[in-house]
Amino acid sequence: MSVNTVSCTVKPAITLQLGDAKTDTSRPGVYVIDVTLPIGQTVNIQEISFKNYYTACLTLRLLIRGEEGAAKWATCLRNRCLMPSPHTEEGSQDYYSVYRQQMLIEPDNVLAVRLILRQPSSSWLNFSVEEIKIHPCITEDPERDIPDWLSDLTHVDQLSDLQGLPDPQTVSSSIQQMWALTEVMQTNQTTASVGRFDKAASHVKDLMLIYNVVLVRFIS
Amino acid sequence: MMDEGTELSLTIAQIVQRLKGTNLHSQIERQAKECLHRPEIKLESLKDDVRHFLKASGWEKKLQNAVYRELHVQPPPCHPATPPEHTKEPLAYMRKAQASWEKRILKSLNSMCTELGVPLARKRPAIEQKELTNKWNEMGTDEPDLSRFRPVYAPKDFLEVLISLRNPNHDSSEEASSKSYWGLVQVPLQVRDIPQMREAYSELCLTSGQLGIDDLTHVPPDLFESEHIRIGKKVLSEQDSAAAQQYSRQGCPTGLRADLWSLILNSTNSPEDVLHYNQLKAGVIHHDLLVDKLIYKDVKLTASNDDYYFVFEDYLYQVLLCFSRDTAVLDHFSYNSATPPKSYIQGRVGEEEFAVVYPPNGVIPFHGFSMYVAPLCFLYNEPSKLYAVFREMYVRYFFRLHSISSSASGLSSDPCNTMMRLLVIMLKHEVTGLRSRAGVVTPGLRVARTVRRTAGFPKTDIGGEERLRN
Repeated sequence: MSVNTVSCTVKPAITLQLGDAKTDTSRPGVYVIDVTLPIGQTVNIQEISFKNYYTACLTLRLLIRGEEGAAKWATCLRNRCLMPSPHTEEGSQDYYSVYRQQMLIEPDNVLAVRLILRQPSSSWLNFSVEEIKIHPCITEDPERDIPDWLSDLTHVDQLSDLQGLPDPQTVSSSIQQMWALTEVMQTNQTTASVGRFDKAASHVKDLMLIYNVVLVRFIS
Repeated sequence: MMDEGTELSLTIAQIVQRLKGTNLHSQIERQAKECLHRPEIKLESLKDDVRHFLKASGWEKKLQNAVYRELHVQPPPCHPATPPEHTKEPLAYMRKAQASWEKRILKSLNSMCTELGVPLARKRPAIEQKELTNKWNEMGTDEPDLSRFRPVYAPKDFLEVLISLRNPNHDSSEEASSKSYWGLVQVPLQVRDIPQMREAYSELCLTSGQLGIDDLTHVPPDLFESEHIRIGKKVLSEQDSAAAQQYSRQGCPTGLRADLWSLILNSTNSPEDVLHYNQLKAGVIHHDLLVDKLIYKDVKLTASNDDYYFVFEDYLYQVLLCFSRDTAVLDHFSYNSATPPKSYIQGRVGEEEFAVVYPPNGVIPFHGFSMYVAPLCFLYNEPSKLYAVFREMYVRYFFRLHSISSSASGLSSDPCNTMMRLLVIMLKHEVTGLRSRAGVVTPGLRVARTVRRTAGFPKTDIGGEERLRN
């Protein structure tokens, strides 16, 4: 996560509900929060991070300045699930990030961000998102703006400990052996158990990768 | 939310970080260096040959078991902005409830300490040290006067705290009463439904064999039992923790249970483990802690010797007194919602540089704590081995039985609410009828039973009380 953030103003949430908001006793299920930048400023977004507070799903829209100064709203994230079950606590107070690579459009020349929060469950008294931060792209030149992970692939020798991985050929050959084994076992399973075994095979694959990497790190 | 690749890389980095500097790491390094003299190790294929040697000599398997253990205990990588307290417990109101509970326990301990005029810790005089050394193996014969001491809390006190947990953002108005939860725990945590439980516990299905059911005397052993025992012996010979865990889902044969459990827990009884245990024992001999009295009292009240069923009282002291002094247990607080209690050097209250964790392992024993150890006494007769297995069980599972947490493995969700959900589904009509007539349903399931379920034994006298037995 980038530590750089742009200065922005988070406006109070606006409710969207049917009927008369003043007399209707039911709580709203949709809130809209606008986040604006200082006048005249735009940003190329790398990441938007926030802390959830009982929002079930999130849609993001960006106000993008086009050519000749015209600004247009576009959806960059649609119904991202933050709480797997809206009635229960899981994910209700977790920290999240939406990265540039996950957005439906290029988040460049952004004037404002609109967060549309939904909570279909009536169990909760209130819902929102907090600590909204917009992280700009580090590179200034948008034409050369490639994702960090892509540029890192060309500098294997400079990988930090955090990204230390073994020789791909070695890992791939051991994984291929495991994969061949799981393929053989899959063909011998009935239809009812294939779904479970797929999950188990994927879990075994991950386990073997972890084992191999840790061992190589220890003896390298 | 991170993508899978990033999550995997972070997990690997965390595991490497945790295992570096451990005894296993230095042993593997030493083995790797020593094998360089072997003729089969060639310079042009050095890494592959060394790896092959480590695999053939069993060291790779030991490392795999250690990695598997870390994957079990460490929480998955979370968002980089997540503060440490959020990693331990993501819900603010649960953190608050846990902090309040800890404050209450500490206040109870401190007030007892003040009332009785007993220090939290003192050095034993030489004569007392010698006495204790001589009767180390028969501490159960000791009958100290513990009438002044009282347990810091009992499971029913903790049950009351769990029952009173409320999410301040949860609608508890009259209109919502129809949606209120059936059980005592009124917290909206995710609990597996029937299809999810079928998938999670698939080995319990009717078409799958289970020890305790398919090995009864009237069932021919060739149908399931003989083959299962044969596989169990093979699993033990392979010394693979993951395989042992998977195997145990269909039951552990009685004769293999002890070895299987210690393999699953990756709990060894190496010379280093024995040395560590003896160091803890020396700590017990040299210093007396207030919590030692609480342990004595608890054992005498709950799990003292019975001629027919339980003869391991001495083991309980040998394990629990050492456990209180084991600072290695403090590691588990990184994923436990609890925080170890602190005490201050006399006259330096509030000054952090004079703060110490008390007891040294950060766990204040409560009434019934000795029941965590009691069942294990039936499996292990070597104190250092028993200790190692108990400690691992505690830092992996037992700590969740007395801490407030929203974890899926925690007490608030599993197993209490899971069992409640099953009961409601199975007895839906009866429960609905009771509720509409009485207004309130108070099921007999008690959290305290979760502790008692792992120990205790039935009395055979007619009309006597029956307790749950594991």
